[in-house]
Amino acid sequence: MGNSGLPGNILADVEEQQPMEGGTRRMVLNMGPQHPSTHGVLRLKIELDGETVTKCEPDIGFLHTGIEKEFEVKTYQQAVTLTDRVDYLAPLSNNLCYCLGVEKLLQLEIPPQAQWMRVMLTELTRLNSHLVWLGTHAIDIGAMSVFLYCFREREEILKIFEMFSGQRMMTSYFRIGGLALEPPRGWQKRVKAFVDMFPSRIDEYENLLTNNRIWLGRTKGIGYISLEDMLDLGITGPMLRGAGLAMDVRKDAPYSSYEKFDFAVPTRTENDVFARYQVRIEEMRQSTRIVRQAMDGMPGGPWKADAPHVVLPDREKMKTQMEALIYHFKIVTEGFRVPAGEVYQVIESPRGELGYYIVSDGTTQPYRVHMRTPSFGNLQAVPKMVEGILIADVIASIGSMDFVLGDTDR
Amino acid sequence: MLPENLKEHVVAAGVEAFDSDALLGGANELGEVMLEVAPAKIVSVAGFLKYDQQFVRLSSVTAVDRYPAEPRFEVVYHLHSVATKQRVRLKCRVSGSHPEIDSVTGVWRGANWYEREVWDLFGIRFTGHPDLKRIMMPDDWEGHPLRKDYPVTGPRV
Repeated sequence: MGNSGLPGNILADVEEQQPMEGGTRRMVLNMGPQHPSTHGVLRLKIELDGETVTKCEPDIGFLHTGIEKEFEVKTYQQAVTLTDRVDYLAPLSNNLCYCLGVEKLLQLEIPPQAQWMRVMLTELTRLNSHLVWLGTHAIDIGAMSVFLYCFREREEILKIFEMFSGQRMMTSYFRIGGLALEPPRGWQKRVKAFVDMFPSRIDEYENLLTNNRIWLGRTKGIGYISLEDMLDLGITGPMLRGAGLAMDVRKDAPYSSYEKFDFAVPTRTENDVFARYQVRIEEMRQSTRIVRQAMDGMPGGPWKADAPHVVLPDREKMKTQMEALIYHFKIVTEGFRVPAGEVYQVIESPRGELGYYIVSDGTTQPYRVHMRTPSFGNLQAVPKMVEGILIADVIASIGSMDFVLGDTDR
Repeated sequence: MLPENLKEHVVAAGVEAFDSDALLGGANELGEVMLEVAPAKIVSVAGFLKYDQQFVRLSSVTAVDRYPAEPRFEVVYHLHSVATKQRVRLKCRVSGSHPEIDSVTGVWRGANWYEREVWDLFGIRFTGHPDLKRIMMPDDWEGHPLRKDYPVTGPRV
């Protein structure tokens, strides 16, 4: 193996092999940092006794980009663009969590249309994220075609995002005080076409997988971890719901008017990879329901808050009113002041509990922002989940966690 | 010591009754409860909140650098009760010259990575942590990037 060329030679600890009784040796396997099933750069140091995993140690940080440090030198509104880049499969969930936190500090009232639009788009984000998860998880286990079908529908969602924000992935569409742009003309048609088509497509994925004997063999009874361990280790989201606990921030502490929507929180009790698959499939159906409700009942009126010191003025007003021009200049050049205080805003991201801890010292830039990301909490439980199981099941087990390494390392 | 809107609060009153020396202050603002805990008592207060007040989940551990004020660091814990759906924030102030606090990994195993992250990025030591090493930065990195006296940009050789 030799020197890997990476700082501190990260392979050094792998090269030492542990002698066992009777002169045999445990094998230490280095999975990653680049491995097709890790979807990002995760390194798992796995110690094997035959084919059984005896010890596993995740090594993270390869995608650490110092986003939390960067927050401290951006104005509040500029920092929205950073939140996209944390969890690149759920950018709008991160936008929403950050904006809700700052709006709480500012005590801003957000108009109903903006709130409902936020719900609709974050649910589309959830679909987007679950589709990527389903496709890649299936490909890891060996079902190639599901991936292609999932990405076909994901493309439609990305087109909707592009229609709204001009961007497919790094949307930054939610801003402090509402939305970045007026909802585009004719969005209802696009979204309606999607929600009409999508439920039958979920049936299609289920046809391919739910009764597939190979899929069942690879997922049933695999990746068990007790509910107590999950709570203790910080696992959230579909993993918890696959273990029978209906914990969902959208129901427990509704934000952005989720209390006005009718949806169920699906749970399973089997607590294995298959149960997590079923939970996510059902979540996709529920999210489609929410999107449809939001589309049908979308309130009219303004799409950004009436707070001229925070929200950029309309283009038209800027050209005709001195006041608006001054506000525009001030917001763009120096930002707006946020009252000193601190807030911990929690939402349900596709992967679980997403929390933004925002500390303000009364200036135009955040004093400190900490992101409690679901992937970081979930990934911590990998050793507990895979120790004692076969190496072949490690892929299926960690795949069922649905982590994003950008979300973990920040 | 506690503000008026916190005296009646079940969790604050519980901690006060459990160990009045441990509770240094608190706040109840924007609908969020914050309790300031004496750093030396953090493990016993955490254990009390987990086993007596049903805060089975530790949502996150992080820190805030108040440089150049002293005590310089605030170690912040966010707790969540699945049963009562309450959230509580605990805060401990730690000095800048000798930033050290007891680890709560014995109460919630999930504190492990969060404390490693705080050690890595702020340089606060957690005594009793089973494996306190860097998690985000490379092992041979010098300095702790989230400290306020650490530059945001600039050449590093």
